[in-house]
Amino acid sequence: MGDILKLVGQRLGLGLVILLVISIIIFFMVELLPGDIAQAVLGQGATEENLTALRKEMGLDKPAPVRYLQWLSGAVFLDFGNSIVTGEQVSSVIGQRFMNTLFLAAYAAVISVPVAISLGILVALLRNSIFDRVANVLTLTSISSPEFFLGYILILYFAVKWNMFPAIASLSKDMSFGELLNRTFLPALTLVLVVVAHMMRMTRAAIINLLASPYIEMARLKGVPPLKVIVRHALPNAWAPIINVVALNLAYLITGVVLVEVVFVYPGIGQVLVDAVSKRDFPVVQACCLIFAATFILLNLAADVGAILTNPRLRHPK
Amino acid sequence: MVKDQTMLDRLTAAAKEGSVSRRSFMNYSMAAGVTASAATGLWGTSAKAEPKRGGKFRVAQHDGNTSDQHDPGKYQSNFEISYGHTVRAYLTMINADGTLGPDVASEWSATPDAKEWTFKLNPAATFHSGAKVTAKDILASMNHHRGEGSTSAAKALLASVEDLVDNGDGSVTFKLSAPAADLPWIMPDYHLAIVPANEDGTANWQSGEGCGPYKVVDLEFGVGATFVRHDEWHGEGAWFDEVEYLVINDPNARQTALVTGDVDACSLLENKTLGLLARNPNVEVDNVSSAQCITMPMHMDVAPFDNNDVRLALKYSINREELIEKITFGAATIGNDFHHSPAMPYFPAEIEQRAYDPDKAKFHLKQAGLDSLDVSFSTAESITTGAVDAAILYAEHAKPAGINIKVVREPNDGYWSDVWLVKPWCMVTWGARPTPDVMYTLAYKDDAAWNESHFQNERFNEVLLQAKAELDDVKRAEMYHEMGMISRDEGATVIPYFPNFVYGRRANVKHSGQLSPAWQMDGYRHASRWWFEG
Repeated sequence: MGDILKLVGQRLGLGLVILLVISIIIFFMVELLPGDIAQAVLGQGATEENLTALRKEMGLDKPAPVRYLQWLSGAVFLDFGNSIVTGEQVSSVIGQRFMNTLFLAAYAAVISVPVAISLGILVALLRNSIFDRVANVLTLTSISSPEFFLGYILILYFAVKWNMFPAIASLSKDMSFGELLNRTFLPALTLVLVVVAHMMRMTRAAIINLLASPYIEMARLKGVPPLKVIVRHALPNAWAPIINVVALNLAYLITGVVLVEVVFVYPGIGQVLVDAVSKRDFPVVQACCLIFAATFILLNLAADVGAILTNPRLRHPK
Repeated sequence: MVKDQTMLDRLTAAAKEGSVSRRSFMNYSMAAGVTASAATGLWGTSAKAEPKRGGKFRVAQHDGNTSDQHDPGKYQSNFEISYGHTVRAYLTMINADGTLGPDVASEWSATPDAKEWTFKLNPAATFHSGAKVTAKDILASMNHHRGEGSTSAAKALLASVEDLVDNGDGSVTFKLSAPAADLPWIMPDYHLAIVPANEDGTANWQSGEGCGPYKVVDLEFGVGATFVRHDEWHGEGAWFDEVEYLVINDPNARQTALVTGDVDACSLLENKTLGLLARNPNVEVDNVSSAQCITMPMHMDVAPFDNNDVRLALKYSINREELIEKITFGAATIGNDFHHSPAMPYFPAEIEQRAYDPDKAKFHLKQAGLDSLDVSFSTAESITTGAVDAAILYAEHAKPAGINIKVVREPNDGYWSDVWLVKPWCMVTWGARPTPDVMYTLAYKDDAAWNESHFQNERFNEVLLQAKAELDDVKRAEMYHEMGMISRDEGATVIPYFPNFVYGRRANVKHSGQLSPAWQMDGYRHASRWWFEG
């Protein structure tokens, strides 16, 4: 177990360095955007006079590196500062929205991961049958269409024509959990359709890859039924790549949902990021991006740990 | 007795669906031969019912951002403006019929030189906290946009205000450095919301507090807000018990919500689907002529635009009708190269409409000593729906005249800082302004910061200043006629059209039949003016 803890420690340390580098890159990318925050806030209504006044009020008269270091000195202690535009604490701007995003991601994951893996096992078992072909075509079609298009199609049928689910997933505070699941079903379904194909096909490929190995042949020769061959003998060795793909898709569910949020009017974090970028609200952009980066780092770490735990051979690299 | 039964039937139908006001209904029915008392009876019984109280009004609102905020000086998004008219109030308001009416100020008057305006406050006006609106609050609200260090986008509007005085009798006086006959018309500008004063006389905008028709129950910028009626509101209306604004930035999602009945009204419909929406019996579309404007300003001091013949050639080589038909799907009012919309007061309707005429364009090009002309025209997708397509269509119109317009598609980001006022010819969108004076002063006066065409014309500026001091409406109308003619024939701005405000509501949502041209959604006073039928 010690070697895993050491790995986790090393990777977390490396993750912090990565976050620091990312924060520098993001800061200077925001700086590179044409126009500054004062211009973005005042828009067409900007004059030289009120621009200068606003820049001073927002502290933009200081040079960029100074502003970055000021922000960093707070961020080290997990104080991400205040939004430049609204003056509110970044954590209060982002907090609830991030929870909403996590909820939607969890909702989609709870449906998509079991569906994708069982479908993957099933199509590996029935490979090259009609079922395999149909499942592949359908999932590939859904992954190939842009999310907003899938969303519109689902809205057209499930909301407008059949009236089964609400078209907009706006939330209110006094909603029951059942109502919440009902309201957010269409966005969750859209996300499920987008991520299932990748995970299912990886499961299928990983399993089929192993089916040619001698030990599987041995099992078959012993007379083990096909389903058992796959679940008991092939799957344990196939976990590593599957877990990797699942982790990547989970990260996508958190970081890549802005289009789905827009189409279904879901108050998630993607919209916050888009608004913040268009207003050059650097502390909010920074916090959102760091959350996304940390999500990727942590899920990748989890994937590696998961792969090692399911495959003891990986603990002893040659 | 009734001379024209079909007209009467049409009128009654129009009254039922709320597309005709009570006054026009009376006028037209009497014209059709109905006596006044009979017409009143018709209106009352068979036609539309009077406003009713009650219900929760849910609105899908476009253009709301997480970065929206409470400082009225920085109001910019449509959600903020809608919030301003729902929660806060203004000194005066643009009525549904486009005239100016009282809000927090119940009456106002000027000295004969139009250099001092006194506004008498409505004693009934009350903030949501229960405090009365006093002259001190008005001073704080206005001073917020004035003076050194003000970050307000409305600073220029109040630049001529030299002093603000609390008269101690529930009235305030604006003392101006120059005459401004239009000052009461400036007061409904969405930035000039009335907010409570702090002890030290500064404006307390941070709380979001207002004295408007609805109070906030719940508010999350970029997501939405719920409101309940402010029972002590000083105005008439506020029929809904509760109001909910839902930020839906995606046009498709907004329209779907309206069609499925998830919301009762929806701001900014897409022009290309108007025809389809209008076929839905549960949805009513409101298509309102406005003072918003698409302009194409050329820098008048930069070659080749420094030659009036070149400018005229460009003005003659645009087919405005086709742009309106193909780009706005008919939801626009034609422009005539002067920035004065028919939805503004004093509109000089008798000025002849400029038509598309490649031969005349060629003639003017020849006058300028040119056989052909190559110019670059900057535009960006975010300016207005179909902005780039409109520019390309214009380029096609200009070809037969020997004018080669190179359309430059600029990035949406930073357009207002890097292209507008910088590139010698670009496309611009202007929000609706209440009067021609405000518009001309903002963007056509010789020393205006936003003089986007670098327009310099002595006579124009002279008349503009005269009109500011003229309290006689007939004389002012003549002056705006002259200014219109000068801009049209000597100015440097091509004006293709004034986009309409297009929005929708469920069939059970009613309004007076007249809709304010000031903003979307009845000048964003939908919450206080509309009601649910039965």
